[in-house]
Formats: sequence, structure tokens, C-alpha cells
Amino acid sequence: MPMIEIRWHGRGGQGGVTSAELLAKAAYIDGYIGVQAFPYFGAERRGAPVKAFTRISDKEINVRSQIYTPDIVAVLDAGIVGLIDVTEGLKENGTVIINTQKSPNEMNLKKGHVYTYDGTGIALKNGLLVAGLPVVNTTMLGAFAKATGLIKLESIQQVIRKNWPGKVGDKNALGAQEAYDTCTD
Amino acid sequence: MTAVKRIPKDQIAIEGLTGDAAIAHALKQCDLDVLAAYPITPQTIIVEDYQKFAANGEVHCRVIPVESEHSAMSACIGASAVGARVATASASAGLALMWEILYCAASMRMPIIFTVANRALSGPINIHNDWSDTYGARDSGFIQIYTQSCQEAYDTTIMAFKIAEDHKVLLPIMVCIDGFILSHNVERVEMLPTKAVENFLGVREPFIKLDPDNPITMGPLALTDYYFEFKEQQERAMEAVPEVFAQVETDFEKMTGRRYGMFEEYRTDDAEIIIFTHSTPGGTAKATVDVLREKGEKVGVLRLRMFRPFPTKEIVEVVKNAKAVIVFEKCRSFGAPSNPLALELRTALYDLEKRPMVVDFVIGLGGRDCPPTTIVEGYEKTKEYLKKGKAPLYETMGVRK
Repeated sequence: MPMIEIRWHGRGGQGGVTSAELLAKAAYIDGYIGVQAFPYFGAERRGAPVKAFTRISDKEINVRSQIYTPDIVAVLDAGIVGLIDVTEGLKENGTVIINTQKSPNEMNLKKGHVYTYDGTGIALKNGLLVAGLPVVNTTMLGAFAKATGLIKLESIQQVIRKNWPGKVGDKNALGAQEAYDTCTD
Repeated sequence: MTAVKRIPKDQIAIEGLTGDAAIAHALKQCDLDVLAAYPITPQTIIVEDYQKFAANGEVHCRVIPVESEHSAMSACIGASAVGARVATASASAGLALMWEILYCAASMRMPIIFTVANRALSGPINIHNDWSDTYGARDSGFIQIYTQSCQEAYDTTIMAFKIAEDHKVLLPIMVCIDGFILSHNVERVEMLPTKAVENFLGVREPFIKLDPDNPITMGPLALTDYYFEFKEQQERAMEAVPEVFAQVETDFEKMTGRRYGMFEEYRTDDAEIIIFTHSTPGGTAKATVDVLREKGEKVGVLRLRMFRPFPTKEIVEVVKNAKAVIVFEKCRSFGAPSNPLALELRTALYDLEKRPMVVDFVIGLGGRDCPPTTIVEGYEKTKEYLKKGKAPLYETMGVRK
């Protein structure tokens, strides 16, 4: 398998960096040898558009720069789509996963095989809230598992439960399950 | 110490850790007596995680939250002087504030392990990676080892104690990771059982220590009469490092199957052009070389790990038959003929009758990203310089002019 590069778009405070890290952790549970997850090396403010990156491979990964030509783009906040080109550098046949109530066609992106799911709705329904606001990062991991088939949902739920032991982990694991079940292209 | 044995797979814990966390976990297992540090980005997680271990009672170590880095290194020296195993961590401005005491630690022969998340120096204030901080401290008398991955950072931190505490060495060591690029990058790390690390390191046996029952003075005055001799002894200790380093790596390899060397040679055997760099650009260079090799280019990478002592003879052996060596370095020495890493290499090569061309590129200051395209650009430029038979002493790459 060639190395897979993933770029995460969200807003500061939405948990995009955590998504990137949890995906990497799930990846090594699934036996990937090369795994990296890192934030965009810039100033980060709550609410501002932020980026994070994950690389996975079945071999050791040597490259250590940021990602410019991702295979997969995950968008935690559909509001960003109008602000920046989330498909920038996306490889041919690349995948875009967006948290939105809209259908993939309605997103009207220039390129990419688009998947959508209502992460915010799932977060509200399951009480995935921080300071009263819905947090969709764990639902995105479930959607990612469905859209890409690269990581098992069980592995994602395992790292979620390890990261947040107890009830919080259970709620987030359920959110990931619902995102997995409802994510469509 | 019991004989070192290969650790079976089922005793290895695999975790996703950032570079900082990997170092914190290594420190946790090294049975420290004292850790004194002051927080500074991007190193903070090292000390933060270690403080959590201490608060949870997972380590039996006195953590001293000092009021500055100057005090941190001073506290480390005091603790090391009574025979404790000691570590600290810092970066950039914090390292700069330690300056005076760095020299004390080295000249008093204190085997302190100092983990550094390399970060640019002010001004303007910048929290991101380059190597100006530790390159500036190259003459302080610290051993310096630069690492490329979280696994390597973990492994090197453990080995560092055994190298530093060896009586042939007795020098402090900086273990360096690239700030953010590695310090905040989650990777798969294989961790040894703590018992194995404890067996590997043993308990520190101080050569001489402060002891109220047998009072001595450490680090007193030496003027024209003896100062020079102290400096001579420091140099001899540096000269002893490669042998001790190799022995420690051999033992570590028996336990883990991993060894790293003073530098890594990557596809250099028949290479006409060799890329010379370290830390994370070393990894990016290797990935780039794989692609260039597929196109038939004869290019390899010499990834330096040990900058002090500089493995002069060994590096000359690797690069002497190449047509050119391309240096990529994240530091600028203002007003110098070229920059620190290239200066070392050029000095090492000067006495050869036939020398490879040395091309020096300053990259990535203040954390500017160094993607594979930067490496390729440097490679293409070098091929042009070889055709012309002449290269500039150095140039910058990736800067707006």
C-alpha cells in the first residue's frame, strides 16, 4: 500500500488535532507500521480555521514535512468550505469527507469523491458537547472509517474509549458508530 | 548490572506518542533522582508529562519547579554533584538563559541529560523549529545528539544516561528533537519494560561526590595555574565518547535490535552526491532520495546524529569519494564564511588531496517547512554547480528575497 496522506480542516477548539492523533493511534492498532499525526505549524486560535495532518503506511515513514497533496481531506466544519479551498492539492481520485446536513452533490466541490454525514446532529443527539457546543471530532473518525475503509470502526472506538475512559468514551464511541452508519457518498 | 538480553515482543508496549511524550516516558523509566526544569514551548510537554508521573507516584524523583532556566541547570548541577541521576529540558530562549551554567555543567563533568526541542531564537519571537539554540551551544562542552523519530528520541534518551555516566566520559548530553515537527508529532513508539531499562542503566556510580562526611569543593577557582589543564581534560573526555557510545549502542542493540550510530548512512555506497543533514530533514531527505534513485540518480544521505563530538574521520571516510556533498542546515552564523554544519564538514575535508564539492543551503529558519521539493531543488542546483565546477560558499533556500 502506498503511503496515505490525510489533511484535517476544522476550527480552533473543534478537536481537529485530536482527530488526527486518534486516527493515527487507531492506525497502529490496525497494524500500520508508519504512522504520523501532527498539527499545522502555525499560530492557532479558537474559532479560526486550523489544519492538522495524518500519514499512515505499512512501512516506516521518513518524510517529515507538512502535507501538500493529500489523498483524503476531512472537513469538521462545512462553514470553512466557502472560506478556503479544502480540495487544494487533493490527489486525483482523492476523497473528501464533510460534516454537513447537505448531500455530497449539494456541496458542489471542484474535485474529489465527496462523502457527507451530519456530525453536528449526531453530536447534539448524543450530548457530545464541550462548553455547550457540539464537538464532532469523534464522529468524523467513524465517518472516516466508512468512507475510506482504511481503519476498522472497532479500532477507532477502542482509541476513543482509551482516550476518554468511562461514560464520555462510550458516548463518543456511539457517535462514531452513528456517523459510520449514516455517512454516504 | 545483569547481562543484557533481547526483550521478548510480548513485553514491549506500543503507544502512539509525540516526541515530547516519548522523551517523558523514557525519563520515567530511567529512575531519575532529580528533574529541575522551567516550562517553554515546544518542550513543555516533556516536563508536564513527567510531573504527572511524579504526582501519580509512578516515579520516585524530586521534581524541582525552578523560577528560571538558569536556576534549572544550577539545580541540576547541585543534584548531580551529590551523585544523583539528573535531567532537564528546555529550548530556545530557555536554553539561552542557561548559557553560563551550561559551561559549568560540562566543565564540572556532570552527566546531566538535557533534552531539547530545538526552537528558533528571538527576535522576532518565534516558537518554531530551527537549530540556532543548540548550535549556539556547540562549544559549551555538552555532547549533542540529534534525533529523527519519536522512537529514536526515546531510545537515545535512555542510552544517553549510560554514555554520560561512564567514567571515561562524565559529560552532560543534549538529546535534541525538532520542535513541533517531532515534539508534537504522534508516532508509533515501542517502549521497553521499565525493569529492562533499569537493568540496562543500573544505578549511577559517581566518580566523586559532595558528601558532608568527606567535604570537598567542586568547581572552585583555577587561574593561570590550572585552568588550561581542566580544558585539556574536557577535550580528552570528548575523545573518549565514540568508544563508549559504540559500547552502549551494542548493549542496547542486544536488548532491542536497534542501533543508530554516530550517523546514519542511507544509500551512500555508490552515491555521487551525498546529502548531509540531521534531525527531521534527515528523514525527508531519505524519502526524497528514494524517489530520485527510482529516476536513476546516484544520491544518498548521511544523516548526522552526533554533532559533538563531531565524528570527523568517520564522516570523511563516507563522503570522500563523492563528487559533492549537499549540506542542509537550519541555522545561520551571521557574518561567517558559511554556516555551522558546513563549517564542520569543510574543516573535516580540507586536508584531503581530492575533496568533494561542498554546497551549503540554509533552510527552514523559524519553522518554515522543508518539503521534499526543497531537497530536490538543492540537488538540482548542486548538479549545476558540479557542471560549472564552482558553488557559492552558502545560500538560503525557501526565503523571500
